[in-house]
Amino acid sequence: MTLESVREILRCSVLAGHDQLDTEVEVGCGADLMSDVLAFVKPNALLLTGLTTVQSVRTADVAEVKAIVYVRGKLPEKDAVELANERGIVLLAANLPMFEACGRLYMHGLPGGSELEKEASDATRAPLHTTV
Amino acid sequence: MQPEPLFTQRFEIEGKDFRNAGKASATVKTILREIGLPPAIVRRAAIAAYEAEMNVVLYARKGTLELKVSPSEIRMMFEDQGAGIADIGLAMQEGYSTASEEIREMGFGAGMGLPNIKKNSDLFRIDSSVGRGTVLDITIRV
Repeated sequence: MTLESVREILRCSVLAGHDQLDTEVEVGCGADLMSDVLAFVKPNALLLTGLTTVQSVRTADVAEVKAIVYVRGKLPEKDAVELANERGIVLLAANLPMFEACGRLYMHGLPGGSELEKEASDATRAPLHTTV
Repeated sequence: MQPEPLFTQRFEIEGKDFRNAGKASATVKTILREIGLPPAIVRRAAIAAYEAEMNVVLYARKGTLELKVSPSEIRMMFEDQGAGIADIGLAMQEGYSTASEEIREMGFGAGMGLPNIKKNSDLFRIDSSVGRGTVLDITIRV
């Protein structure tokens, strides 16, 4: 899913990375605890969070999260926007609550982390089930 | 036998400096990427470094990170001057945390830090003594 699609689906405002909305995200992750994000998030993810500190962007940067959607109408701190511009991370803001923002993206086909894992293991297992 | 490092850098980490927390790890990530290491390895090292750096910022007065990169491994040694960990076995359990409300409000203290560092490492050693500090020795094979 492109970030442009995310923006349309959630009616987001763009806070950083206006020129990077053609970037693709492969998986979604919704969390307010950055330790959980660091432990579970997949690369090329979209993070939905209510945490607006600079650490949300730091976490995205180290974990290869391409973009953050701040939910519940919250806006990130100035430091967070500056860091996102510096490190090339797209920041979006949506007025929706976390559950609805995640739900709408999921409904439009953005998978969750467990599905991505399943897809990967199905792909490696597939040849074993092939009959000649 | 210790492999000869190609690159070494030392970082100072200040306790409670939330504004700069994560800066050392971001630099580590940039360095490893510029060396040309595979993205999956860089990501593991960056995640382990950031968790460990946040531990110093959140729980210690100050600390250092020594990064050594050799052709076969990335080694990151974190040493802090902090309260130390009373029960390392308990601290290594997922979900166990002694974090304050203030730390949790910043999105940390989920009890995933040390287990996640171990998960992203090939070799992981932790030494701690109460009242003195903690040493984390992280190795990721290249």
